[in-house]
This record gives sequence, C-alpha cells and structure tokens, in this order.
Amino acid sequence: MKRKIPLVITFIVGIVVIISEFIPHKPFGRISGELENWYLIIAGFAIILGQMNLFKVNLFKIRYKQKNWQFYIITLISFIIMVSCGLFWGTENNPGLFGNAESITSVVGSKPFDYLFDNIYQHLQATMFSLLAFFIASAAYRAFIARTLESNLLLIAAILVMLGNTSLGSSLTCWLPENLKFLHLPNISSFIMKFPTTAGQRAIMIGAGLGIIGSSLRIILGIERSYLGGE
Amino acid sequence: MTEKITRKQIDRRWIFLFMFIGVALPLIFTIGFPIETSENSEIVYDLIDNTPSGSKVILSFDYDPASMPELHPMAEAVMRHCFRKKIKVIVTALWPMGVQMAEDTFSQLKADFPDVSYGRDYVNMGFKAGGIVTLQAMGKNFREVFPKDMNGTPIDELPIMDGINNFNNINFILAFSAGDPGIKQWVQIAHDTYGITVSGGVTGVSAPAVIPYVNEQKQLTGLLAGLKGAAEYERLTKEPGSATKGMDAQSIAHMIIILFIAIGNINYWRNKAKEKRGA
Amino acid sequence: MEHFFSVLGIWLGALFTFAIFSFLYKDNPFYKVAEQIFVGLSAGYWFVYTIFFILIPNLFDPISQDIGANWIKLFPAALGIMMLMRLIPKTEWVSRFPIALIIGTTSGIFFLRYLKSDVINQLTATMINPFAGSDPVTIIGQLMLVIGTITGVIYFYFSKKHEGAFGVTAKIGIYFLMISFGAAFGYTAMARISLLIGRLQFLLGDWLGIISP
Repeated sequence: MKRKIPLVITFIVGIVVIISEFIPHKPFGRISGELENWYLIIAGFAIILGQMNLFKVNLFKIRYKQKNWQFYIITLISFIIMVSCGLFWGTENNPGLFGNAESITSVVGSKPFDYLFDNIYQHLQATMFSLLAFFIASAAYRAFIARTLESNLLLIAAILVMLGNTSLGSSLTCWLPENLKFLHLPNISSFIMKFPTTAGQRAIMIGAGLGIIGSSLRIILGIERSYLGGE
Repeated sequence: MTEKITRKQIDRRWIFLFMFIGVALPLIFTIGFPIETSENSEIVYDLIDNTPSGSKVILSFDYDPASMPELHPMAEAVMRHCFRKKIKVIVTALWPMGVQMAEDTFSQLKADFPDVSYGRDYVNMGFKAGGIVTLQAMGKNFREVFPKDMNGTPIDELPIMDGINNFNNINFILAFSAGDPGIKQWVQIAHDTYGITVSGGVTGVSAPAVIPYVNEQKQLTGLLAGLKGAAEYERLTKEPGSATKGMDAQSIAHMIIILFIAIGNINYWRNKAKEKRGA
Repeated sequence: MEHFFSVLGIWLGALFTFAIFSFLYKDNPFYKVAEQIFVGLSAGYWFVYTIFFILIPNLFDPISQDIGANWIKLFPAALGIMMLMRLIPKTEWVSRFPIALIIGTTSGIFFLRYLKSDVINQLTATMINPFAGSDPVTIIGQLMLVIGTITGVIYFYFSKKHEGAFGVTAKIGIYFLMISFGAAFGYTAMARISLLIGRLQFLLGDWLGIISP
C-alpha cells in the first residue's frame, strides 16, 4: 500500500494533466487547474521541509561532533537569526508577529531582515559566484589546449565569441570595408551564435526534450519508481 | 606524457592576481571603447518602443544577487524604457530574491519618475514557487495564483490589475532570468501554450542554451545576453549606466583570458617538443 | 544613527567580500565562517519568503477568511503537512503521497511542454529553405543550421554503432557541438567576469569611493 497507492496517484494525476490539454472542459480542465493550484501550496511546504531538513542535518553534525562541526553552529545561528528577524519584525512589505518594527527602522534605516539581506547576504552570494571569474581564467590557461580538430574548433569559437562580445573586439575590426563587414568581430560572434551554436544547442535541446518525454512517460506508467525511495 | 607537460605551469594565484588587477584598473581609468548593438537587442528595444502607452506588461525577476551585475542593469534599463513609454509594469518573481531585486530596481527609478504610482502604473506581485506548473496555473487563473501583491493588498484593490484574469490582456512578458525556473518556462507556457509574446534578458551562461528559441516562430522575441546585452540596451535607450561602465573592464578581462589561453598553448607545445627531444 | 548603520552595512559588505575572496589564496577559517553564514541566511530567507508569499496569501488567508468557499484548500494543506512528516523516520512513507502528486503533475506538464517547445517547435524552426537568404553569408549560415541540427541529433543516437556513413554524420555533429561549446565557454567567461566587475564596482565605488557607484 505504501508504494502502490503513490504509483496510482502519479498515474491518475499525470494522465489527467495530459488529457486536459486535449479536452480542456469539465471535469479534466477543472481537475487539472485545481491540481496546479495545489502544487503551488505543496511546493511551499516542500521548501519549508528543505530548510527544516537543513537545520536537522546541521544539528546532527554538531551533536556527533563531525569534522568542522564548529562551523555548523554558525550556520544554525545565522538561520535562526534570519528566520527570527523575518517572522518577528517582518520583511520590507510585510509586518511580523511583533508588528512593523517602526522603532528599529527609524534607527537602522530598514527592518532587520532587510538589513541582513542588503548588507550581508547580497554581498556573500555575489562574491561567492564572482570567484568563478578567477577559476575560469585559470581553467582557460590549463585546459584550453589545441590538441585535436575538435579542441581547435572549441578554442577558435571561444576566442572569436569572447572578442566579439567586447567593445575592444569591435574596435579591432571596425576599419574593415563594407564588403568585408562579415569579418567584423561582433558580426562573426553573432554568426557563430545564430547558426552553428544554435544548431548544436538545438540538437542538445531536441535530445534532452526526447529524454524528458521518455522519463515522464516512464514515471506516469510506473516503470520509473526511484522517486519513491527505497523500501 | 600530458601530465608531465602540464605540471610545468605557473601558480594559479598569479593568474588570480593578474585577473583582479586587469579588471580593477579599467574601472578606475576608463577607456570608453565604443559599444555596438546587436540584432537581438534591437528587437527587444523595438518591442518595447512600439508598445502603445497604457499597455500592461509582465516583467519577471527570476534571479538573485549572484546575477545582479549582469541582469540588474538590464532590468533597470528596460523598466526605465517602459516608464518612459508610459507602459504599466506588473512584476512577478519565480525566484524569492527576485522580489528584492525588483524593489531595488524600482526604488532606483522612483526619483526619475515621480508620476509613476504604485498600484496604478506599477505593481510587485511577489514570489511564487512551483516554476512551470505555477506558470501554467497563472495562464488559467492569474488571480488564484496571485490573490495579493507583495504588500498584502488584495488584487481587486489594485487598479493596474483590472481585467487581468490570465495572460490575455498582457502585451508581452519580459523575463530577466538566471536559470531555472526562468525564461525557458515562460517560453514554454506563455508563448507556446498561450501565444503571448515573450522576450527577455539572460545571464551569459544561459544565453547559448536559450538562443535556439530565437527563431522564425518567435518563441523568443529578441534576447539580451549578459552584461554586453545590458550595455547594448543602455546604448539604445541613450542612457548609459553601470553596464556601460563595466564594458571596458570586460574587454580587458577577455583579452587576459585569451592571453592565458595563448600562454597555456605555447607552454604545452614547447614542453611537448622538449619531451620529444629528451626521449 | 541611520547614517552609522548605513556605513556599517557597507563595511560589513566589504568585510564579507574579502572573507570570500580569501579562498583564492587558500581555504581558511574566515572563508568557512562566511560560507556558513551564507548558507544559514539563504535558508532563512527562503523560509521566511515562502511563508509570507505562498503559505499566508495562498493558504492561510483564504482558509481563515472564508473556509466555506475555500474548503478545497484543506486538501493541499493536508498534503503539505504529510510532506513535512518526511522529517520523522517512522512516518517518512506518508510523504510519498504528496510527492506522487507533485511528480505526476510535473511529469504530465513536462511531457506536453517539452514535446511542443523543445521538440516539435525546434524541428519546425529547422525546416527552412537554407537557400532563401539574401546574401551568401546567410545562406552558408542557414545551411550550417540545418546540417548542424540534423547531424547533432544523429550524434545523440546511441542505439546504432557510430561507424560508416552514420559515423561520419555523427562526427560532423560533434564538430557543431564543439563550436557551440566553445561559444558557451565564451559566454560563460563573459558572465563570470561580469560578476567580478560587480564586486569591484562595489569595493571601488560604494566602499572606497574611488569610482562613482
């Protein structure tokens, strides 16, 4: 029962959603629309589940003093602070349990939740991803070696696109006469994007699309059951 | 043998330092390389420029602070253009931080557009989870998905939302997207299911994966790609902003990467020749 | 006082920026602390926003204001609570019911949308007359588009061994894929550098005031 009923639910729900595309009238259209609205609410609970699970996992790491456990205390503290600030004093546009935090806002300039977001979270996230600029430069130096025809094509396309996507690139070839304008670097870059890149990415898109369709059918028909987890 | 050859390489921290300086210097000492516009950016510009005033459009903020340098200038330029053309803007967000991103953009434009009134010309409907399924639900019943705006004001009390029950009275949807859910889902639902014009701006990383949608069927009507796309839009609107300021640094950084690729290749082939001679 | 907190905010931003950048030298406790704060704040943000933007307006408000008209929302509420039961090992199996509903809905929608947008519409977009272009560059490009798409799709067909004419076609497909990966690298480099530019604009502008922010 623990496995069969969920499989039946998946089958019925999947089939109803597909049928409602072709018969959008009652009852299929109505049921499908209602399922989509339910989905939003269940997805909300799923997000809450994710955050509570993160809390649980970190608590577990601290309790059993796993490697670097001291740092996970910081994770929990920052999580609790952010949630408390949000729930007690609300966000920029929503009041919290303790009201609208007018007195704090008059001193700090914004609500605690927004202050943390603007001055800490935003910078942490932006910097975390900006590290990749350094690693991509290092990777280009180490891995971008022209060994075969395939790697040559990759390299040339990358260089032409990088040059074409900068103002310096367009300055380099802006002197070209009108009949050779197709060799102007931004035009070459646009050409690469519009034709061979589109072709390659479209092939991937079609391949991935067919894969997703296949997987969806396997799930609806109950052939693929891994999402239910082990017994 | 490849391992032996690649071992003789410079410490990557020197590359990091060189990169840091290479990006910082052009920001301090601006060069002012000219910016050329591309066909895809012009299509987005024309789409907004040819939209009659009073029309209602959806701007979807599907990104977070990690993509701010690329998508924020784009969002600001596009929203500014919409306000200039007196187009009414409905903001939605498929990413929770998109709500703050939109608010930040709007607050930067408030001073320039004192006539734009919240609830009449602009509204932020907030964040909804669920990606593609929620978009499909929006196409059927917008009010069910967004019963209130981000301030908790019921949708019926917002004049801008009069007559908006689904995507029917929306002129176009423009998504600023950093990944999934984002522009792909908007194309799949809003354009391919409900026939609404969809356009947008994406991060450089996602541009190649999205470009097949820019085709004769107009699944996507134009596309702004990365910081360059944002700078191009700023140029088209003749209002240079932070994207334009960053383009010099972008140029120099690209040249540095190309330089490192060249050095890496020269090193490789020189070491390979040495190994051959030694063998 | 507000000015003090505004300045403090900028300094906090700069401090955490450097804490993350310190990883470039080597992994260190400052980076680890910043990383964990990032994880905690991020989770907290999602938690709060989910409550304020989804659960309150789409569930709690309708039920508390007019349960007669919104009784049907009790179903997703029950399913949501069943989802949370995953946290307790003994009742974990209960969460399979809402997961089944989520997976079933997603599968149905994915089946329809990917079929139309990513398969049928992409095939339609490839069925063009490549010789209809106004200039030789466009004609060459359109030929590449058609040949590249077909050969690329053939490359992804692994049920037949890549040899003979089929192998040659698949090989051509690889060449197109390589060009597209090269272009993707170019765009990725552009994207990552933009993020660094954003950080430096903050440090040099908002924090040091050397450039106009």
